[in-house]
Amino acid sequence: MPVQVIRSNKNSQVALVIGLALVVVAATLPFWAPEDSASAWMREFVEISCYFIFAMMWNLLAGYGGMVSVGQQAFFGFGGYVMLMLGNLADVNPFIAVPLGALAAALIAVPVSYVAFRLQGGYFAIGTWVIAEVFRLSFAQLSVVGGGSGTSLTALRGIDKATRETATFWMALACMVAAVALVYLFLRSKRGLALLAIRDNEVAAESQGIAVARMKLAVYVVAALGAGLAGALYFLGNLRISPDAAFSVNWTAFAIFMVVIGGIGRIEGPIVGALIYWALNKFFGDYGTWYLLGLGLLAILATIYFKQGLWGYAQERWGWSLFPTRRTLKI
Amino acid sequence: MIETLVSTLAQGLLLGGLYCLFALGLSLMFGVMRLTNTAHGDVIVLMSFVAFTGMSLAPAVAGAGGWMPFAVMVVMLPLAFGLGYALQRYVLNKTLGRDPLPSLVVTFGLSIVIQNMLLELYSADPRSVDTDGLNTQSMILPGGLAIGVLPLIILVVAVSATALLQWLFNRTRLGRAFRAVSDDREIAELMGLNANKVYALATAIAFVLIAVAGVLQVMRTTVSPSDGSIQLLFAFEAVIIGGMGSFWGTLAGAMLLGIVQQIGFRLDPGWGIWFGHIVFLLVLVVRPQGLFPKTRES
Repeated sequence: MPVQVIRSNKNSQVALVIGLALVVVAATLPFWAPEDSASAWMREFVEISCYFIFAMMWNLLAGYGGMVSVGQQAFFGFGGYVMLMLGNLADVNPFIAVPLGALAAALIAVPVSYVAFRLQGGYFAIGTWVIAEVFRLSFAQLSVVGGGSGTSLTALRGIDKATRETATFWMALACMVAAVALVYLFLRSKRGLALLAIRDNEVAAESQGIAVARMKLAVYVVAALGAGLAGALYFLGNLRISPDAAFSVNWTAFAIFMVVIGGIGRIEGPIVGALIYWALNKFFGDYGTWYLLGLGLLAILATIYFKQGLWGYAQERWGWSLFPTRRTLKI
Repeated sequence: MIETLVSTLAQGLLLGGLYCLFALGLSLMFGVMRLTNTAHGDVIVLMSFVAFTGMSLAPAVAGAGGWMPFAVMVVMLPLAFGLGYALQRYVLNKTLGRDPLPSLVVTFGLSIVIQNMLLELYSADPRSVDTDGLNTQSMILPGGLAIGVLPLIILVVAVSATALLQWLFNRTRLGRAFRAVSDDREIAELMGLNANKVYALATAIAFVLIAVAGVLQVMRTTVSPSDGSIQLLFAFEAVIIGGMGSFWGTLAGAMLLGIVQQIGFRLDPGWGIWFGHIVFLLVLVVRPQGLFPKTRES
């Protein structure tokens, strides 16, 4: 009997074309945007793309890897600090230092995982938070980067503002596309299939010959790489870093919000979540504490009554899938 | 030299008493239903602020002096019990299951809600309650060691609470129910237990302990709305260092954490908390089951 494995659908092909078109439109923004608002738009884009990349990686870790961490800000801040130190102290071009910062975060994730993986489930979550606090307190004692009050990225001095902002913007766009592609291709690969198997049933996956421990480490390291990339990029755009900003648990809080609202365990989830977060932040961000209180309540309600998130709902209802990672058998 | 050492140890033990009170509720909730309450620290802070408001509403009683906050605490205990019961019964029970994500997200959301609600109501200023000097009184032990009266009271309360909780867990019908649903929820339900109600009672008792901790904390020092996360981390470290499933273990873990932090503070004020975190991580690497484990992770 001929069996056909279907890995894409019409939606996903259309989505790919629209996605590419959007990337082209975005990439040419510095040429068509009105001059007085181009700078603000680009800064906003850089910021939201950092949130998005970070949420994407949290989704990979929690939604696919089953490791719910509240400490991913450790790698976010570490990536940022390494980027800044390479730029300020070692005279590396900050734009090259961004991927290096991400790599450094991935490297440090290996020894960190040795400690963090001693804990499971809810204890893993809080254990990773303690580790992030150790990062924060350690960098707060490091006087070469200004200790507790932080320091500025001085390596970009001498480059004029327009060039700097445009370069940062393109870098953010490239990182965003790269992050989506990385996660998508990873999940579609053989390893991705193994990961989905682990998520569904760890014991069964192990019995089928999947090296569960090695797979989990791989996911943890990739997620750290992405978080480090987001951090390095954020502080390249922000030009100023401090331990409290870099290692704030709020980074993870926002990532959880985006992923839960958009739909956990789906690539589309953080995309939808980031768009909603951006819109909410734009309209209600000025309300400060009330706004945050609302985000917290929304996350609680969504988790209890709307488990699959917005995209999960759409997928269930209309069968939408922009980034199909499933394999469907057609007999 | 010896005097510094003894005084550091004593201060550490007293601090450990406070951490033990922070940790017992967390230990109970995890032990009974494997629920990690990320909002634990924020609920402690919430209780501190309730005590602050309670003190401002309480009538001035002549001669009550520093004991007034304890009266407020007694009034708060049934309220905390009810709050814990309702929260578990109507919210947290919906999130329990094999997947830890829903309960983590819901308690994390709760933590953000509590923190911002307190910010809105009380602003970011640190608050404390008037203990009529009780918080600064000290007594001299034979040998010349000075010990604060309030920290000593906190230590006594912590040890009594640990003993009481361990007795409840090991020797009462309710404790048996706790152990039964913890071991196997389905079988316990077949035997006629209503797991949802047992869980609600566990959280209710945990919230009573949290209320005691919150009131004592705001008597001892100032509390601000953003203090919750660090209190959660200290409580968590005490539970893990001590080993899961044993309340005496939690007490020992809290003592060790208190002593280590105190030694760290003595060496360099900037490194005290860092030192505590590092010892916690070391225990994880060297002895992941904790120092005095009773139950094993299934």
